[in-house]
Amino acid sequence: MDTKVKSVCETCPQFNASGLKKLGVNTNNFDFVVALAGNPNTGKSTVFNALTGLKQHTGNWPGKTVTRAEGGFEYDHQKFKLVDLPGTYSLLSTSEDEEVARNFILFGKPTVTIIVVDASRLERNLNLVLQILEITENAVLCLNLMDEAKRNHIEINTRALARDLGIPVVPTSARFKKGIPELIQTISEIANNKIKCKPHRIKNIPKNIEKAVTKLSLEIEKEYPNIPNSRWIAFRLLEGDTQIINALKTGEFV
Amino acid sequence: MRNNNIEHILKLSKELRWEIGDDFHDSLAEGIYADAADLVSNSVTKDNSKSKLRLDTKIDKIVTSKTWGFPIMFLILAVVLWLTIIGSNYPSSLLAQVLLNDFHPLLKTFASNIGMPWWLSGFLIDGIYLAVAWVIAVMLPPMAIFFPLFTLLEDFGYLPRVAFNLDSLFKKAGAHGKQALTMSMGFGCNAAGVIATRIIDSPRERLIAIITNNFSLCNGRWPTQIVIATIFIGAAVPSSFSGLASLTAVIGIAILGIFFMFFSSWALSKTVLKGEVSTFNLELPPYRPPRFWQTIYTSIIDRTLIVLWRAVVFAAPAGAVIWLVSNIYIGNESVAAWIINSLDGFGFLLGLNGVILLAYIVAIPANEIVIPTILMLTVLVTGISGGHGAGVMFELNSANATGVILKAGGWTLLTAVNLMLFSLLHNPCSTTIYTIYKETKSLKWTTVATVFPIILGFIVTFLVAQIWRIF
Repeated sequence: MDTKVKSVCETCPQFNASGLKKLGVNTNNFDFVVALAGNPNTGKSTVFNALTGLKQHTGNWPGKTVTRAEGGFEYDHQKFKLVDLPGTYSLLSTSEDEEVARNFILFGKPTVTIIVVDASRLERNLNLVLQILEITENAVLCLNLMDEAKRNHIEINTRALARDLGIPVVPTSARFKKGIPELIQTISEIANNKIKCKPHRIKNIPKNIEKAVTKLSLEIEKEYPNIPNSRWIAFRLLEGDTQIINALKTGEFV
Repeated sequence: MRNNNIEHILKLSKELRWEIGDDFHDSLAEGIYADAADLVSNSVTKDNSKSKLRLDTKIDKIVTSKTWGFPIMFLILAVVLWLTIIGSNYPSSLLAQVLLNDFHPLLKTFASNIGMPWWLSGFLIDGIYLAVAWVIAVMLPPMAIFFPLFTLLEDFGYLPRVAFNLDSLFKKAGAHGKQALTMSMGFGCNAAGVIATRIIDSPRERLIAIITNNFSLCNGRWPTQIVIATIFIGAAVPSSFSGLASLTAVIGIAILGIFFMFFSSWALSKTVLKGEVSTFNLELPPYRPPRFWQTIYTSIIDRTLIVLWRAVVFAAPAGAVIWLVSNIYIGNESVAAWIINSLDGFGFLLGLNGVILLAYIVAIPANEIVIPTILMLTVLVTGISGGHGAGVMFELNSANATGVILKAGGWTLLTAVNLMLFSLLHNPCSTTIYTIYKETKSLKWTTVATVFPIILGFIVTFLVAQIWRIF
């Protein structure tokens, strides 16, 4: 009989985490690309190290990750390549680190984007989260530094947050290796289309601008029918972003 | 590459931009903030009465205050150095005992038993093995203490506060405030400090940070400072103060290095690297209690052993060279003696001697081997017995015995002071030079970064020697 009922244990991420293999820098023949984005000093590199077993330099000051670090892990017989992006507060300006992060999410087309946020500074971190969700559909919110939030008496209703954002939310304390199995499980489920993301789209925009954006994005979708982020590209065109105009000409992000 | 017809899209976007006016960017940003506020109000509850953030603010008020900021910084530096100096004494002499006094004779006996020719055993065991053993004995303990302490401070969140305190000084020097962070990294290793300058966006300010990083006294130079300060400066005062005096001398040199860093940053920004100081935001992150054992473990594995391995890789060929120059003869003189004699006159001008200058040439690959090279060469020139003979690097267990040899070699307090100054002000090690080249991709700036400190070193030691001799 091969339709054996799974035990409760087997559906639990803690149990499945035993299938995790940290691959270090060995990222040949990967099945999925996963990007790691977030504000500076939220623990991206710590999450990166926890997933890959690598030893990226970590420390309590913003801006440590100066290059794009890559590593890999294997979970459930699938290989994931993980890319640690420089920490940024926004993707709307043209500083070098913001461009590296934005271009990777836009042109690198990661299967899943992990957005690492500082749980005790959620509101400020959401600025970047909402921008990333305009660019990519498949994302998971890694609500990191939960230990600090707890010490600061901050409570977060992760279900409500996940519902509002339209993406899974996983609370973690990467420094203490807490929540990492759940994070891996969620990444794998998104990559294999077991979880469908319906990301939040920016709402509080004046009516006239919203109308202009809709008009423009419909036009973009006519040219590129399968484009996931026509609305964001419309934002950039209205801003006069020359890099995006060129990319649109060459069809780079389709 | 496809070239799609998107002219109609661009045209439409231009029309729409006209329609919605130029407050689009602000409206979008405001929209995002409003959304974020909505989301947070739905899911986050916060008990403001008990916030720990207030404790952070209290700590910051003290450690970044005008009155206490600098004293606390120097106090922390002093404590870290004191722990490093005191703590590494015992393991260093233990390692020296095992690797040099016990294991070295065993190797020699083994070599003669299997009939190895004298030149081969000399080259391999007295040259290469001893160089490597000395570097391990001298470098491993201070690094294994210094790096973890530094990492604990880093994880706690103190470094950005240092940057905050020093920001106005850097601004006055025409440099970037984040240079405080790369300078701090340089106290561990200059090559690491040079790589860390990538956090500075402006190319002009980044170059300043790269060129002046060498003035952060790196780990390879701490042992030289400590040994010389203990022998000469500690001995110049009553014995109950000798520990304090040598610690003060070493910290003095480190602070002098910071002074030279500011001075040369200022000089560069007023001359060849003119330009505006860029402004930046540096967030003061929350203090985080470091994970003590994990930090100790990773900083020993990641930093200490990697840096030590580098030192070993460079020490091995250097040991071979030292042995060769001491044992190859031109006429009646070894090559080493010949070079030392020709450098002596110039060395005297600088308040140093030929031995020290030759040692620095041999030790370009790794600053760590300066002291053993000096000792070995001094024995060779003065012909006093006490070590293992010509071309053999050794360490005498007590600082006293080392002092006897150096004094026999004509060393005075002036020689010691100038050696400490010269150890601070000379060319970066070869790894750092190579790193500078990789980071700047410019032969010109690599040369500047290499030659500039050594010229400064010549000037400073020359002036000190002349003034010293007048009094």
